[in-house]
Amino acid sequence: MAEVKTSKKSCSVNPLKMSQPIGGALAFMGLRGAMPLLHGSQGCTSFGLVLFVRHFKEAIPMQTTAMSEVATVLGGFDNVEQAILNIHKKTKPEIIGICSTGVTETKGDDVEGYIKLVREKNPDVKDLPMVYVSTPDFKDAFQDGWEKTVARMVEVLVDTPAEGAATDQKRINVLPGCHLTPGDLDELRSIIEDFGLVPTFLPDIAGSLDGHIPDDFTPTTIGGVGVDEVAAMGQAAWTIAIGAQMRRAAQAMEKKTGIPFKLLERLCGLEANDKLMSFLSKISGRPVPKKYRRQRGQLVDAMLDGHFHIGGRRLAIGAEPDLLNDLGGFLHEMGAHMVAAVTTNHSPVLEHLPTEDVLIGDLEDLETMAKERGCDFLVTHSHGRQMAARLNIPFYRAGLPTFDRIGAGHQLSVGYRGTRDMIFTIANLLIADHEENHEPTPDTWREGAGHGHGAAASVSAH
Amino acid sequence: MSSLSATIQDVFNEPGCGKNADKSEAERKKGCTKQLQPGGAAGGCAFDGAKIALQPLTDVAHLVHGPIACEGNSWDNRGARSSGSQIWRTGFTTDINETDVVFGGEKRLFKSIREIIEKYDPPAIFVYQTCVPAMIGDDIDAVCKAAKEKFGKPVIPINAPGFVGSKNLGNKLAGEALLCHVIGTEEPEYTTPYDINIIGEYNLSGELWQIKPLLDELGIRILACISGDGKYKEVASAHRAKAAMMVCSKAMINVARKMEERYGIPFFEGSFYGIEDTSDALREISQLLVERGADPELLDRTEALIAREEARAWAAIAPFKPRFKGKKVLLITGGVKSWSVLAALQEAGLELTGTSVKKSTKEDKARIKELMGQDAHMIEDMTPREMYKMLKDAQADIMLSGGRSQFVALKASMPWLDINQERHHAYMGYVGMVKLLQEIDKALYNPVWQQVRKPAPWEAEGDTWQERAMAEAEAEEAILAADPQLAEQKRRETRVCICKSVDLGTIEDAILSRNLTTVDEVRELTNASGGCSDCTSRVEDILASLTQSAPALAVAAE
Repeated sequence: MAEVKTSKKSCSVNPLKMSQPIGGALAFMGLRGAMPLLHGSQGCTSFGLVLFVRHFKEAIPMQTTAMSEVATVLGGFDNVEQAILNIHKKTKPEIIGICSTGVTETKGDDVEGYIKLVREKNPDVKDLPMVYVSTPDFKDAFQDGWEKTVARMVEVLVDTPAEGAATDQKRINVLPGCHLTPGDLDELRSIIEDFGLVPTFLPDIAGSLDGHIPDDFTPTTIGGVGVDEVAAMGQAAWTIAIGAQMRRAAQAMEKKTGIPFKLLERLCGLEANDKLMSFLSKISGRPVPKKYRRQRGQLVDAMLDGHFHIGGRRLAIGAEPDLLNDLGGFLHEMGAHMVAAVTTNHSPVLEHLPTEDVLIGDLEDLETMAKERGCDFLVTHSHGRQMAARLNIPFYRAGLPTFDRIGAGHQLSVGYRGTRDMIFTIANLLIADHEENHEPTPDTWREGAGHGHGAAASVSAH
Repeated sequence: MSSLSATIQDVFNEPGCGKNADKSEAERKKGCTKQLQPGGAAGGCAFDGAKIALQPLTDVAHLVHGPIACEGNSWDNRGARSSGSQIWRTGFTTDINETDVVFGGEKRLFKSIREIIEKYDPPAIFVYQTCVPAMIGDDIDAVCKAAKEKFGKPVIPINAPGFVGSKNLGNKLAGEALLCHVIGTEEPEYTTPYDINIIGEYNLSGELWQIKPLLDELGIRILACISGDGKYKEVASAHRAKAAMMVCSKAMINVARKMEERYGIPFFEGSFYGIEDTSDALREISQLLVERGADPELLDRTEALIAREEARAWAAIAPFKPRFKGKKVLLITGGVKSWSVLAALQEAGLELTGTSVKKSTKEDKARIKELMGQDAHMIEDMTPREMYKMLKDAQADIMLSGGRSQFVALKASMPWLDINQERHHAYMGYVGMVKLLQEIDKALYNPVWQQVRKPAPWEAEGDTWQERAMAEAEAEEAILAADPQLAEQKRRETRVCICKSVDLGTIEDAILSRNLTTVDEVRELTNASGGCSDCTSRVEDILASLTQSAPALAVAAE
């Protein structure tokens, strides 16, 4: 049982956290033909846009209502209206997803009311799907923005099935958390399909941000789940929600359509995937395909090979709650000690983490804890790079943003195979660290030499 | 807030800005910021601009007062480099929460400043205002003043909340903050007759270090660089320099001009991009220093250095000539605003398409710069497919542009090179120019292009999506060709002024119906060129094309 603590500092240093509206915007990017629109000053959008471009290495559709100082004070109706009309005219989106920001929330703009009025005034956009989510920057974090936005999409876009309408036993809904990559979603899709099931992902950033070459140049998202497909999600037999953050959306789905849901908090690791396989086998009525029986064996073997290197490592990890739970939980199962854990906001998963305490704080906190507690392995997003260099410890990049390495969109952690490959990547990183920094010398064990670098130096990797 | 709007007004009145000089009183009052279009805007806010301009100061703690978005979504993402302190890369933010929004964030800001001083003890702290605290009335000037008195350390307010305008305005407001609170507040340990300031250079990818060895060799000292690899004390004592160079952009012209006004430091506007521009800049620096009392022998040494470096550079470029023969470059940028980069590309045997370049007068150079700026602006208005078609039509072998259009080029399997701010390589000075050509060579001759252009086994030759997109575009053109009326309608729909969304037809009608002869009249009537005014030259062209035939048409209309 972990104790959840909150940083008492006034000044956040080296933030781990990112803002809600861009978490919401990313969720909208999992819809086909979508244009996410932030209601705020144009910087709100441009910072988010740059962040996503650098992470995914893709063109990112994202617009702004470009609020000026005067518009902010007077209220943003005109800007919202103009933005919707301009986007409609220029990019012909299938849906516009609108998130509020700190500026417009401070003023208290009634965006739902604005949208209604815009529809009334402009017949062109009367029926254009639009979803609005309230996501002030000064509350919560990235994951929460995603959570609220997906729940809102379900509430607005999913049709309630007609009384007595038949459910399609083959169809299932998948509500993935923002801690999964496009690569993860594709892996999961194949797994589900191999059980003869037909999944609909909401949102589906694999369709839009997986780096594929689109069929035409488009200024909106180049793929993802269509608004029509979302509307039809009410016909599915089951909903699988991945990550505790998706409980809200799964409940919204249940409330609207009566579809029962299964919440899987984790998809990284042996046990987590055993649960997934059992569940899919149960709802499909099919045995687990041979392919996955083999993959399970490979994962077990990888865990055996990998535990020599990962076991005993003192882990410092900084991530949003669900990613922290998933990766941190798995590394714990591999024998790493989670001795320093920092996250961005409250979540029910935190107190179950296999660590003594978890801090809602920043990367300065993580660095201090890592130093004090002798950590020799760091897992966080790219902003951990300065800290990793200062502490000279191996650094596995996980989460968004990963801007200083390529392939972030395809980094896998789900499934037997995804977990297996992740073990290899991490173990190799640790082996290289051992070779570079901790090879024994004649003085390593001499009294007072002080070269022993925690467990890594004294426990041979070979 | 009233003092902020006064500062903004002052910045808009900048007499050193050439564009400004051509404007009427009323227009100048409106300011030079682009009118931001909801749903069609791109680019950063004023806060972003201020941070870009000042963050390269390496030993300063940059504290952002606002909600997490402003710093959390963007910290440590600049390409500047430091030769010493790394504190500039540390993300400091008050990360204000709901309670602060209700009760005010000044206390949290003050405590944050104290925490930074206790833990990091930087020579100075810059505090950046953002939209939310500006709205709730947090007075950062007062907090900074109190903190300065309490802790005995410079705490500088940077008043450029995002919603006051564009990135460019933010650059200038950052400059104002330096002028108001930093420059002239300390004295250098010593001065020499060879001390210069470099203003508006951010040391992206370490570019400044491509120039610095040359200055070192000439015995010229960079007293302060504002702000690349700069230190607080250097900027604080920058008022003792003998001369200044304003690098390229107009971003900090207010700093250069006001330093001339206040401290008598003459400046020139120059560029280190391209061989000839680099030589010109070195010459001008030496010239200004000699005028201010440096030993005239500096001029001879400068000429000798230029001759040596130019010879080396041209020799290094020569081997590229056969490899670049017949290769076309499509240049789309407002980023490298140097005519002499183009000259060097041509010298290396590359053919430029999309931008016409003639080596001749100063006016031509200015014109080219303007054209490139306009094209960069135009491209923001293009759909990706139109952009792709332009690539194809230009029959270019490589595209040089800024990050915004990179995915169109790459998805179309077109070699592409980043020459704007986000680039990874340093292209300044003589060595930088050679580096640029090396990079172009590397991109052009990579066998990967042959691989990625191959159709998939299940795709018929000529049936790739790119070709389908092109075919659609061509079919649309064919329809236009067959239907002159539709073609004329299309032509008239072409947008001339992007800021104000004014099309060609509207402008032509206005000119013809009222016999307009000046850009001002056109602007008065149609609003065209009333935004960023980048399209002024195009409005001039339209005026010129209509004035010959105008009388006849006017008669016909009556």
